[in-house]
Amino acid sequence: MSNEDADDLAWERSAVVRVTPSAKARKLAKVPFVEMAGGRLQGVVSSGSDIARVYVSSIAAETHAFSCSTNNNRRCGGLGGSYMCKHLDALLKEAVLQYGAERVAAYLGVEAGPGGDVAGALDGTESADNPAATVFNRFLRHLAYLELPARPAPVPEMQWFPAGAVG
Amino acid sequence: MLSMHLAALTGALPDGLDDALDLVGGFDDAVTHGLGRVGEPEAAAIEALAAALSAAPLGPSAAEAAAKVASGSASEEGLGVLAAGRAALLGAVHDALLDRFDTAVGRARAAWDEPAPVPASGANLLAGARSWLHEVAVTGWRGVSHDLVAAVDPTVEALLAEPSLRRVAMLMDGLAAELRASSPVATMARVPARRWGDLWSRAMLLTWQDGAPAGPGEQVSGRLLPLGVDVHEHPTGVQAQVHGVLESGGTRRLVRASVSAGKVDTIVGPAVWGVLDAFPVLLAALAGHRAVEIDGMTLLPGGDLLWSEEQAEAGEPADPFATARLQLDDATAPPVPPLERHPVRIAEPVLLEDYRIDGSDLVIDDHRLRVELGNLPGSGPLTPELVAASRACVGLVRWDAAGWSLRPLAVQATVKKKPVVAHGGDWALGPTDPKIVKAQARSGDAVTVLRERAGRLLRK
Repeated sequence: MSNEDADDLAWERSAVVRVTPSAKARKLAKVPFVEMAGGRLQGVVSSGSDIARVYVSSIAAETHAFSCSTNNNRRCGGLGGSYMCKHLDALLKEAVLQYGAERVAAYLGVEAGPGGDVAGALDGTESADNPAATVFNRFLRHLAYLELPARPAPVPEMQWFPAGAVG
Repeated sequence: MLSMHLAALTGALPDGLDDALDLVGGFDDAVTHGLGRVGEPEAAAIEALAAALSAAPLGPSAAEAAAKVASGSASEEGLGVLAAGRAALLGAVHDALLDRFDTAVGRARAAWDEPAPVPASGANLLAGARSWLHEVAVTGWRGVSHDLVAAVDPTVEALLAEPSLRRVAMLMDGLAAELRASSPVATMARVPARRWGDLWSRAMLLTWQDGAPAGPGEQVSGRLLPLGVDVHEHPTGVQAQVHGVLESGGTRRLVRASVSAGKVDTIVGPAVWGVLDAFPVLLAALAGHRAVEIDGMTLLPGGDLLWSEEQAEAGEPADPFATARLQLDDATAPPVPPLERHPVRIAEPVLLEDYRIDGSDLVIDDHRLRVELGNLPGSGPLTPELVAASRACVGLVRWDAAGWSLRPLAVQATVKKKPVVAHGGDWALGPTDPKIVKAQARSGDAVTVLRERAGRLLRK
C-alpha cells in the first residue's frame, strides 16, 4: 500500500474529518444568502433602492442557465438574453468570497480564469423555467435558523462537529 | 498529566480493539456501496458484524437482519438492529479506551445507575427521518444525488421545529449539509465512510429513542469552576460545551454544561457567540474567567448540567489553570450514558505542563501526544503559534483512528519574553484582539444583518 493509499484509508476510518471547508465570513448586507444546492448556485441579493425588496438569482450547474427576479416574481429588468444582470454578478462575486473560486468553479463545472474569475467561464443563457420560489423558500428557511430557540441541554452528537475541523 | 501518565495512556491498545473496528469498517464499506444490492464482500461484512454479536441479546435479530440484507430486502427495522449492533461494538471500543484513560491518569469515575426509561415522543416525524435513512443506506453513499439530499429537507425542517427532537434534528441537518456539498457523491475521490456511518447509525438509533435525556437527574447547588470551553459547529448549528469542576456539598465532580443554537454558514469564527446570547451568565463566566454560583440546577446522570440562567449567578474570579492544578485530580468523573458510548464522546479535561512542542506533538520525556493544531476554533484566540510557545495547557484528551490526541482549551505561553494567557472562551462576549475587532467591523455584524432580514421578510 502506498503512503497515499494509507492516508486515504486512515481518513476513511476517522470519525472526525473535514468533508467540506467552512464558509468564509463576508459582508452580508448586499447579498445576504448564497448557496450551492439542488444543482444550482443560488442566492438572494438585496435591492439597492427598496429595503423590503430582494432579487432571487440562480445559475444552473451544468447548463449555466440563469435567472433573476424579485421576490414578487417580476423578472429582473437587467437581464438580456445571454447577459447577466448586476445581481447575478454580485451573487457570483460573493459566492467566490464565501466558498473560494475553486469550489464555485468546480460546482458549476468550469475552470476558473486568472484571479479566480468564474463569470468569464460561463456561457449560459436565460433559463426557461425560473426556480425563484424554491430559492426564496430556501432563503426563508436559512433565516429561520436564527429564530430557533437556543437549547440548554446537551447535544452529544455535536461531538462529531468540532469547530474548525469540519464545515 | 505527568510523564508516567502519558506513557501509560499511549502504550499499546487493548487486544480486540482493532478487530472490533475492522468489523465496523466492513459495515461502513457496505453502506458506502449500498445495502440494496450487496455483493459477496458486503454480505460477508454484514454477516461478520452480526456474528460478533451472536452472544449478545441483539444476536438473533442481527443475524436475521444480515440475512435480509444479503437477500436484497433490507427493512427499516433490520437496519435499525444493525445500527444498534454497530453502536454496541463502538460502545465496547469506547469503554476500553476510557478505561485506559482513567487507569493511566488515575481518574475516579462514578458508576452508571440505569434510570427508568423516558417515553418517546414525536413518533411521526421520526418515522419520516427513519424512512430517509433507510433509503440512503439502501442507495449507498456512492449513489447519493442532489435529489436524494433535497428529499430530506422537509423532514429536517419539521424536526428542527420540535424542541424535544433537537438532537436528531441537528445531527440529520449536519449530515445532510455534508451530503449536499458532496453531491453527487459518485464524483468524490474518497468517501468518509466511518464518519458518515457514525452519523447515519446514531441518527437511525435516535429515530427509535428520540434523544430524551437518560433519566431525570438530580438538583445540585454549589460552585461551578470552568476549565474551558469546547466549541462544536456545523454550517447551521453551534454548541458551546463548558467543562468544569462542580463543588457541591463537600464533593468535587467533573461536569459539562452545553448550550446550543441555530446559525447559518456565514456566521463563523468569533461571530458564533452572537447566537448564544441567551446565556449571558455562562458567556460572562467564560470571557471573565469567573466561577458561577449554581442554585438548584439539574445535573443529568451523564454529568451534564441542564443549564438554566435563572439558577446561575456570576461568582468570584476563578483562573481555570488554578482550578486544573488544584481541583482536577480530586474530582470524580461522571459515568457515560450507554447510548452515548462511542469513541467520539471521549473528551477528558487534563492539565499538561513542562512539555515541549515538536511539530504537532506534545512531548514529555520520550512520550508523545498529538496536538490538534489543525482545527483550533476561530471563535477564540488560540493559534498554532501560541500552542507551540506554550508551557502549560488545559485541554481535552480525545481519540480517533489516528490514536490519542489533545485538543487545547487554554494555554499559558511566553511570546517575545512576555507571558501570554489565552482561553478558547475569551471572546465569548466579543473579541478582545484589536485585529479581530477591526476585521469584524469591516464585514459588519453577520447576526445583526441576518436578524434584520429575518424580521423584514419572515413575518410578511
